Amino acid sequence: MRPAVTAEVADEHGLTREEYAKIEQLLGRAPTFEELGIFAVMWSEHCSYKSSRAYLRQLPTTGPQVLQGPGENAGAVDIGEGLAAVFKIESHNHPSFIEPFQGAATGVGGILRDIFTMGARPIANLNSLRFGSLDHPRTPFLVKGVVAGIGHYGNCIGVPTVGGDVYFDAGYDHNILVNAFTLGIAPADRLFRARAEGPGNPVVYVGARTGRDGIHGASLLASAALDATSGEKRPAVQVGDPFTEKLLLEACLTLMQTDHLVAIQDMGAAGLTSSSLEMAGRGGLGMVLDLGAVPLREEGMTPYEILLSESQERMLLVVKAGHEAAVQEVFARWDLEAAVIGRLTDDGVFRARWHGEEVCALPVAALTGSAPVYRRPAEEPARLEEQQRFDPRDVREPADYTHALITLLESPNLCSREWVYRQYDQLVGGNTVARPGADAAVIRIEGTRRGLALTVDCNSRYCRLDPYLGAVLAVVEAARNLVAVGAQPLAVSDCLNYGNPEKPDVMWEFQQGVHGIRDACVALGTPVISGNVSFYNETEGRNIPPTPTIAMVGLLDDVERHLTPWWKAEGDVVVLFGRTREELGASEYLAAIHGLVRGAPPWIDLEAEKRLHRLCLVAAQERLVRSLHDVGEGGLAVALAECSLGGPGLGAHVDLEQGMRLDALLFGESQSRMLASLRRRHLGRLRDLARREDVPLTVLGEVRGRNLVVGDVIDLPLDPARERWRRALERRLGGERYT
Amino acid sequence: MRWGVVVFPGSNDDARALTVAERILGDEAVALWHKDRDLRGADCVILPGGFSYGDYLRCGAMARFSPIMEAVERHAAAGGLVLGFCNGFQILCEAGLLPGALVRNRSLSFICDLVTVRVETTDTFFTRGCSPGAVLTLPVKHGEGCYVADEATLASLEREHRIVFRYVDAAGRVVPEANPNGALANVAGVCNEGRNVIGLMPHPEHAVERLTGSEDGLRLFQSVQAWIRGGAELQVAPGA
Repeated sequence: MRPAVTAEVADEHGLTREEYAKIEQLLGRAPTFEELGIFAVMWSEHCSYKSSRAYLRQLPTTGPQVLQGPGENAGAVDIGEGLAAVFKIESHNHPSFIEPFQGAATGVGGILRDIFTMGARPIANLNSLRFGSLDHPRTPFLVKGVVAGIGHYGNCIGVPTVGGDVYFDAGYDHNILVNAFTLGIAPADRLFRARAEGPGNPVVYVGARTGRDGIHGASLLASAALDATSGEKRPAVQVGDPFTEKLLLEACLTLMQTDHLVAIQDMGAAGLTSSSLEMAGRGGLGMVLDLGAVPLREEGMTPYEILLSESQERMLLVVKAGHEAAVQEVFARWDLEAAVIGRLTDDGVFRARWHGEEVCALPVAALTGSAPVYRRPAEEPARLEEQQRFDPRDVREPADYTHALITLLESPNLCSREWVYRQYDQLVGGNTVARPGADAAVIRIEGTRRGLALTVDCNSRYCRLDPYLGAVLAVVEAARNLVAVGAQPLAVSDCLNYGNPEKPDVMWEFQQGVHGIRDACVALGTPVISGNVSFYNETEGRNIPPTPTIAMVGLLDDVERHLTPWWKAEGDVVVLFGRTREELGASEYLAAIHGLVRGAPPWIDLEAEKRLHRLCLVAAQERLVRSLHDVGEGGLAVALAECSLGGPGLGAHVDLEQGMRLDALLFGESQSRMLASLRRRHLGRLRDLARREDVPLTVLGEVRGRNLVVGDVIDLPLDPARERWRRALERRLGGERYT
Repeated sequence: MRWGVVVFPGSNDDARALTVAERILGDEAVALWHKDRDLRGADCVILPGGFSYGDYLRCGAMARFSPIMEAVERHAAAGGLVLGFCNGFQILCEAGLLPGALVRNRSLSFICDLVTVRVETTDTFFTRGCSPGAVLTLPVKHGEGCYVADEATLASLEREHRIVFRYVDAAGRVVPEANPNGALANVAGVCNEGRNVIGLMPHPEHAVERLTGSEDGLRLFQSVQAWIRGGAELQVAPGA
C-alpha cells in the first residue's frame, strides 16, 4: 500500500511547509507519494540551487572560446584543430565522510559520466580533497579510504588521475570535502546535449540495473547538515562499479558516432527522475514512462524507489523512433542492456505508470521552472574583524631558519603528496606529459602538437580570513599555476563548498566568494563554464571554512614547450619575478610554526598579475627560461626548496636583499611572484621583456651544488631534506610502505 | 609486421598499444575482439593492461576463458609471439601460458611510479636488441604485481634463464628498495620454456617517447620488429 501524503510526510522529505503549500497550489491537489518524492529531490538544494541561483547569475560565463557554458552536463571550450575540451568539477562530500571509499569512488564515476554524456572521451581526472587535522583520530581512516576509492574508480576505468590538491585543516574534522574533476575531448561540432526533441521518440534506459541504493542521496544526504546519526545514512551512499561504467563509456561513445541519438543524460543525483525531467524540461516536452520496463536489480521494488534510486552507471537516452533495435545492438556488443521504458509526449506532463496505474502526472515546468529561489539573509560574521587583526611584532622570528624551513617542508600542507598520487594511475592513455608534483598537470592532445594544462586550487585559510579575497586568490593561483607550465588560461569550473546557507554568516561568505570569483575571472578573461554548489557542509552547528575550489584549464600551442618547476642545469641564473611585500597574514608559516590562523591574506593587484602572466608566457614561448615555479604557500624559501627537491635534484645559492623582517621575506606569501631559472645569456632579453611588462625582476643567484643556500641564514642539504619531505605524509598517516 | 592487440572488456592500455604499433613503430596493428576466435594474421599478439572484466575475481581469472584466448593459446603452442603487459601478464599466468602468479602488492596499495629493471637475458625475441644487464626505466601501475611461484618453479626459471626482467636500483643492483611490489627475487617479467611468450608488470608501451617520460621501451618493440623481419628474410633466403 502506498503511504498517504500529509504535511508531516513532506517534512520527512526535507520540504518546508511553504514548499509543500506551493506544491499543492501548483498541482491544484495533494501530490501522490511518488510525486512528493520527486518534488523533494528536484527542489532539494543539491538539484535546484535554490539558495545559490540568484548569485550564480553574476558569474561571467561567455567568451569567444566558450562552446558550452553552465546548464548542461558539463561546459566546453574551443581548443583549436576542431576539438573541444569538455570539463566539470563536482562535489561528493557527505557520502565520502560517511563511507570514504565508495563515496569518493562514486564521486569520480559521476563526474566521468557528466563528461562522456557530452560526447567527450575522458582523458584526465583531478581531485581536490580537504581533510581534518592529521591529529584527529578519524583523519587517517578517511584519507586512506578516499584516496583508495578515487584510485579504484579512475584506475579501473582507465582515465589517468594527473593532479589535484590536498589540505588538512581542523575546520574539516567533521565534514571532509571530495571534489572530483574530469576533462574530456570531443569534436567541437559534435557535442551532445540533454535536450529532448521529437514527441513520439522512445526513451531508452541503458547501463546497470536499478537497485535500492542511494535513495534520497540528493535530498537527505547532500542537502542537509551532518550529525551524530549520519552513519545511519550509509544506505543513501551509492556503490560504484567502474567496470560497468567502462563498458557504458565505450558503448555511448560508439553510439555517438551514429545518427540514432537525439539526447542523452546521465542518471546522477535523483536518478531516473531528474534525468527524465531535465531532458523533457529543456525540450519543452512531456514524457511517459512505464516503470515496469525499468531493469531492476532486486525484486519487490516500489515505483517510488525506482523513480528515486541513485544506482550508479546508468544513462537515459532519447533515440530516433525506429532506431531502437540498432541502439540495442550497440549496447549488446558491450554486454549491456538497453530497455525502451517510455516515449516523449507533447503535453508537457511527466507521467509514470506502474502496472497500468498512473502514479505520477506532473507538469514538467512546475518542477523545473517553478522551483523556489531564495535570497537568504546574509551578514558578515563579527569574528572576522578580530581574526584579521594581526601584529607581526607579537610573533618571534625563528632562531634557526634552516630548521624552520625543514619544519615547513614536513608540515601537512607543504610536504610531498607522493603517497597520494602514487596510488593513482597517472599514465593510462599515454598522453601525460607533466605528472603530479608540478605546478599544473600537462596532457598532450593526441594526434596534435597541442597540450592542455589543468589545475585545481583553493586556499581555505585565505577564504576563512577573507571570503572575498580568498576566492579572488583561488582563481589567481589557478591561473598562475597554468602560466607556470607555459599554458594560456582558458576557462574555469568551480565547486563552491560552503556551510549551511540558512545561517546568515555562511550566506555572506558564499556571496563574497561568488563576488571574488566573478571579479578575478572577469579580470583574467577566464569564464566559468561549469560547476557545482555544495551547501550544508555543517556538522552539529560547525560549518567548514568557505572553500570555493577553482579548477582551471589552459592551452599550450606547442606541448614540447611546457615547463616544469625544477632547476635544469648548474650555472643557470635564478631570478624572481614580482615584488615581495612584508605580508605574513594568513600564511602557512604562521599556522605551521606559530599555530596562528590570523591576519589578512596577501594583497593582490590583478593588473600586475596579468602583466606577470604575459611576461611568463612570452618567456616560455621564446624558450628563454628553463623552469618556472609559482611562489605560493610557504613563500620564497619553500618555493626555492621545491625547485631543488624535484627533477634532477640540483641545489641553488641565492642572496636576498633584506629591508623587511626575515621571516616575511622568506615565508611571506606575497602574490604575483614567480621563480625562473635560465641560461645566463638569455638574461638580457628577459630583462627587456620584464621592463616592457613592468614586472620587477631580481637576480637571486644561481643553480649550484646539492644544497639550497640562502645568504647566511639557510643551508639545506637536499638529500636528507628530500627524504623527510617525501615521507612526512605517510609517516603522519601511520601507513607503512614496502619500499 | 602486424601486431594484434586483444581487447577484453575492461582493457585500458589497448588503445595505447595500437597507437605505439602504428604511429611510433610504423607497423600494421589490428584490434582483436575478445569474442572473436581469429588472430587476423598477427605476428605478435599483445595482451594489454587494464582491468579485464573488472578484475573483481582474481586478476585475469575471467579473461582467460574468453574465446580469443583459445586462438592465443594455439598461436603460442605453434611458437607464435605473445606479449603480456601488466593485466596481460596476469592473464597469461592464469591461462597457464606462463608459470607463477601475480598477487596483491605487499604494500596493499596500488602503485604508479617509474622503476628501473635489468635485462636478465637477451635470448628472447623481446630483449635481443638490448645489451646484457642493460638497465631500463619503465613505468609500473598496478595493485597486484607481486610475482610469486613455488620454489621448484623459481629454481627452474633461474636455471633456464627465463627470468627476463628484474627490479633493480639505478646502479643495476637487485635490492629490496628497488622492488615496488614485493615480487619474489625481484622478478618483473618471465618467459615460457619456448621463450616465445613473455609477461611483465612494467609498461614498455608507456615508455616510447621522451615527451611522456622515457624512451627505454622502444628498443624492446624494435627487437620484435627485427625478429619478425629477420624471420621473413630467412624464409626468403633459400629460394633467392
